[in-house]
Amino acid sequence: MEDIKKKIKENELKDHIFAIIGLMSTFVGLILLFVLFVDLFIDGAPRLSYKFLTSFPSRFPDEAGILSALVGTFLVMLVTAFAAIPLGVGAGIYLEEYARKNWLTNILEINISNLAGVPSIIYGLLALGLFVYFFRLGESILTGGLALALLILPIVIMSTREAIRAIPNSIREASYALGATKWQTVQWHILPYSIGGILTGIIIGLSRAIGETAPIITVGALTFIAFLPTSPFSSDFPFLSFKWLLDPFTVLPIQMFNWVSRPQKEFHLNAAAAGIILMVMTLIMNALAIYIRYRFRKKIKW
Amino acid sequence: MIEKSIKTLKAESKSLNFFYGTLHALKNVSMPLEINKVTALIGPSGCGKTTFLRCFNRMHDLYPHNRYEGEIILYPDTINILSPSVDPIEVRMRISMVFQKPNPFPKSIYENVAYGLKVRGIRNKKTLDEKVEKSLRGAALWDEVKDRLNNSAFDLSGGQQQRLCIARALATDPEILLFDEPTSALDPIATSKIEELIIELKKRVTILIVTHNMQQAARISDWTGFMMLGELIEFDKTDKLFTAPAEKLTEDYITGRFG
Repeated sequence: MEDIKKKIKENELKDHIFAIIGLMSTFVGLILLFVLFVDLFIDGAPRLSYKFLTSFPSRFPDEAGILSALVGTFLVMLVTAFAAIPLGVGAGIYLEEYARKNWLTNILEINISNLAGVPSIIYGLLALGLFVYFFRLGESILTGGLALALLILPIVIMSTREAIRAIPNSIREASYALGATKWQTVQWHILPYSIGGILTGIIIGLSRAIGETAPIITVGALTFIAFLPTSPFSSDFPFLSFKWLLDPFTVLPIQMFNWVSRPQKEFHLNAAAAGIILMVMTLIMNALAIYIRYRFRKKIKW
Repeated sequence: MIEKSIKTLKAESKSLNFFYGTLHALKNVSMPLEINKVTALIGPSGCGKTTFLRCFNRMHDLYPHNRYEGEIILYPDTINILSPSVDPIEVRMRISMVFQKPNPFPKSIYENVAYGLKVRGIRNKKTLDEKVEKSLRGAALWDEVKDRLNNSAFDLSGGQQQRLCIARALATDPEILLFDEPTSALDPIATSKIEELIIELKKRVTILIVTHNMQQAARISDWTGFMMLGELIEFDKTDKLFTAPAEKLTEDYITGRFG
């Protein structure tokens, strides 16, 4: 009897020990992230000001700001979204709803999941060869945006497919049984019911793209830019101009990289401040993705 | 003998064979559908009755490696539904289907019923309103939902959802209505409502119903076919088939010796 009690105590002790180890492992990641964020915040927060957001980079750390990087990031994301959303969602819908299952679509499928694992610098090289040298788009916003679009395309395709796959087949059959074509079924059912998941995938893709540095450096983004791209609005007809697409640019991560590599301590603080902005932007995007997913899950329960 | 006792044919399968890839699922099935009557198909699971039903609206075309041989003739225009030259969409516009599990769209009650009409390009609000009401009345659902047409179809009970699916199928004035075990997911009260509805509906539409419930077939059908292992073993007037079957296999099945 005593033996059993002793054995139980021993086993329970092991149980507790593992619980503590598990808890600690969980916290290591969280605490590190927290410390990193706090450290970034302590360094960067004093530099955050309206002036920091609206100034161009400068030789003097106190006067330097992130205006050109912020505008560059925004415009590059715009190009990325405009390229990756129709291509990715279109490909996802095609593969799920239209493509016949045969060896060709199998190869396509395997390759798309492989693409998601390709290092981002490879996309940079591809974009350099294709967009800069072959299509002669220059080291421009367009090139940068398209490079990042290539990078997140597999993410958008895969999340589109997953969202579509969650729709029960009985819904498709109900639609087809009423005489609907494939496109009518996609338009009235598949897209509306999967839009939550698709949007989530798009935002997660964009929030990955926003922090990417390697492909952007590869296609030749400048690190020091003290001007803004051409305005997209013009006073003459047709009042919209797309010249900005071919302008040189920089983005937040590159601006940060540039500041960190300077010897002066003050520039490091600027980098930290830009880091806060970048992190807040990604956190907002991820929060938005979670919110959208939550809302659509609540609306449609199969 | 059977052919003589049928006054007007609505459709007729002739030496129908069906293959899922290499699996020979229907073997030489020839069966008539009398107009404005209920024809039931019974048989053990996996006998091919649902496969047969889904030939009538070319549902098998949605999936690869499926192959038909033989004909299903639709009267009065005597087109062969299964002919590759006939567009399956045209077939589905003339022949509606109600599925085993209620499968309303996650949209409003109104949108569910109006969908088949919108697919046909009907946009006129007044026409849609009228058709939706008529179909919901036809499916004995109007009084229960008339005040909440804009509520989600998912708010309805299982039996109501199935009647909504019937209304959805009726909205396009089909010539034949296919039922694939429509009550197998429902409780007895909801089941009896659907059965009453089917008897009511045959006044204006020809009905083919698959059921694994023999009592149901006996209660609501005029003709019954008994299938086994992809073959139509026997086809006759329902009262004849259940009281004096000609085949030993049919008798064994309806007396519960197997199945």
